[in-house]
Amino acid sequence: MLAFILRRLMQSIGVLFAMSLLVFIGVYAIGNPVDILVNPNADQQDIARAIAELGLDQPLHLQYWQFLSNALSGDLGRSFSTGIPALELIFQRMPATLELAAVSMLIAIALGIPLGLYAGLRPSSRLSKAIMAGSILGFSLPTFWVGLMLIMVFSVWLGWLPPTGRGDTVELFGVPVSFLTLDGWSHLLMPATNLALFNLALLVRLTRAGTREVMLQDYIRFARAKGLSDGRIVGVHVLKNILIPIVTIVGLEFGSVIAFAVVTESIFAWPGMGKLLIDSINQLDRPVIVAYVLLIVLMFVLINLVVDVLYSLLDPRIRLADAGGAR
Amino acid sequence: MSTPPPALPAIVEASPLRRFAAEFAASRVALGAAVLLAAILFAALFAPLLSPQDPYDLATLDIMDSKLEPGARGAAGARFLLGTDEQGRDLLSAILHGLRISLGVGVMATLVAMAFGTLTGLASAWFGGRFDALLMRIVDLQLSFPAILVALVLLAVLGQGVDKVVLALVIVQWAYYARTVRGSALAERNREYIEAARCLALPAWRIVLRHLLPNCLPPLIVIATVQVAHAIALEATLSFLGLGMPITSPSLGLLIANGYTQLLSGKYWISFFPGIALVLTIVAINLVGDQLRDVLNPRLSR
Repeated sequence: MLAFILRRLMQSIGVLFAMSLLVFIGVYAIGNPVDILVNPNADQQDIARAIAELGLDQPLHLQYWQFLSNALSGDLGRSFSTGIPALELIFQRMPATLELAAVSMLIAIALGIPLGLYAGLRPSSRLSKAIMAGSILGFSLPTFWVGLMLIMVFSVWLGWLPPTGRGDTVELFGVPVSFLTLDGWSHLLMPATNLALFNLALLVRLTRAGTREVMLQDYIRFARAKGLSDGRIVGVHVLKNILIPIVTIVGLEFGSVIAFAVVTESIFAWPGMGKLLIDSINQLDRPVIVAYVLLIVLMFVLINLVVDVLYSLLDPRIRLADAGGAR
Repeated sequence: MSTPPPALPAIVEASPLRRFAAEFAASRVALGAAVLLAAILFAALFAPLLSPQDPYDLATLDIMDSKLEPGARGAAGARFLLGTDEQGRDLLSAILHGLRISLGVGVMATLVAMAFGTLTGLASAWFGGRFDALLMRIVDLQLSFPAILVALVLLAVLGQGVDKVVLALVIVQWAYYARTVRGSALAERNREYIEAARCLALPAWRIVLRHLLPNCLPPLIVIATVQVAHAIALEATLSFLGLGMPITSPSLGLLIANGYTQLLSGKYWISFFPGIALVLTIVAINLVGDQLRDVLNPRLSR
C-alpha cells in the first residue's frame, strides 16, 4: 500500500514538473511582452530597463531555471500589469471562485439526487421522462448561452436579480464571503445555478442509473419481504449503495467546476480567479497565467491522487493492476 | 390456364445498411433529430444561396437598420425576419453564415482528431509494450484535465485564428479516439481473422488498416458524432470568451458575444437566435449520436 502511494506520488510530481515546463515554454516563448507592457512612446533606454527588470533578456533556459526555483519557494513572479505578486493576486480571487463552485455543487446535489431517485424509482412516469429530457438539455445547452438567457430573463425582463458582480461581502475568518448577506445571495444565485446545470444533469443520470440497478438486487427484495417501509428501503438501502460512485464523481467534478467557472465568471463579472485568467490572457499578463495554470494543475493532480488512493483502499484489484499483477 | 405466380413475399436478406437504417428509424425522436440535422447541414452548406443578404458585404448594410426588432422592415423595405445587429446586419443571414463556420470548424477538428487518435490508438495496440504504456500515460494525463481548460490555455499561448482553434480542438480530443480504438483493437487483435491474415504473411500496415481498423469502427463513429457536438460547443464558448475565432470568421459563438453587450438594454434577439441555432445543432447531433450508440452496440441489440 505504502509503495503504491509513493509510486503515485512520484508520478504526480513528474506530471507537475512536465506541466510546468510545457506551460513555461508555451507562455514565455511566444510573443513579446515588451510590446504590451511598455509605453509605445518610451525611448530605447526605458525599454531596455523594463526588459532587464522583468528578466526577459535572459536566455530561455535560465528564465525557466529562475522560474522553477522561485516557484518552489512560492514566488511565481509579479503581475506585469499590476506589479502585485501573481500568487497573491490569485489567492485574493480564490475565495470568490471557491464559494461559487461550492454553492453550485450544493445546488447540483440538492436537486440532482432527489430528481434522479424519483426518475429511477418510477422510470415510466411522465415526470421521470420530463426529468430525463431535461438532463439531456443540461448536457447539450452551452453554459455561456444559458448564462446569458438567465441574465435576460431574471435581470432584464423581471428585474429580480442583479446581472453582474458579487454584492455585499462579509468577512468570515478574514475571508470575504457573499453567502451571509441577502445582497450576496441575490448576486450568487444566478451564476451558481448556471454553473450547476451540467453537474445537475450528470447527477440525475448517475442517480437514476444507480437506483435502477440497485432496485433489482436481492437485498432490496429481502428488505421488502421483511416488511420494511418504502421510505426506509429507499433512504437506507438504496441511497447507501448508490452513494459511493456519486461521492467519487462529486469529488472529481469539483475540479472541473472550478475550471468551468472561467466561463460563468466572465459572463456574470464574478470577481473570481477564472475572470482573472481571462483578463490576464487578454492583457498577456504571463506570470498570472502561468501561476493560475500551475495552481490548477496542482489541484487536479492532488484530486486525482486522492481519488486513486481512496479507490485502491476500496478495491485492492486496482493496486495490483498498477503493480503489473506480479505481486 | 396459367395464372401469374403470386408475388413472393420479400424474404430477400436485407442489406446491412438497410437494416441499420430501419433500426435507427425505430426511435421517432432520433428520426426527427436526424431530419433536423440534415436540414441544418443543408442550411450551412448552402448559406450563401439561402441567406437574404450577404452579411459581410459592407455595401449591403445600412446603419439605419441597426438593432431592428425581429420581423421589422428596414429602410430599404426589406423585412428582417430575426432582426438586425448593431451594424444593421440581417441576423438570419449572419446565423446561416455563422452556422457554416461553426459546423465547418467542428467537423474539421473532429476529422483530424479522429484520424490522429485512431492511428495512435492502433499503433499503441499493435506494438504494445513501452510504446503503448507511454502513449496511454499521456492519454490518461490529458483526460484528467477538463477540455475547456486545456483549450483555454492552448489558445492563450497560440493566439487567435481559425487554424489555432482547430489545432486546440484536435489536441483536446484526440485522446478519446486513441483510448477507444486501442481498447477495441486489443480485443480484436487476438481474433482468428487477424491470425489468418498474419499466416498469409500480409504486411503489418495492411492487417492493421484493412482488417483491424474496420472492426474497430462502430464505437469510433459514435464517439465522433458526439465529439462534433462537443467541438462546436467548445469553439462557441472559446469564441464567446474572445479567445477563439477571429472577428473575420464570425461563428455562432462570436455572434452571441456580439449580442451580449446589447442584452442588458433588452435587445435580446442578437444573442438569442444564434444561441437557438447553436442549441438545435448540438441537441440534434447528441440525439443522433445516442441512437447510433444504441443501434451499433451489439450487446444491446441482441
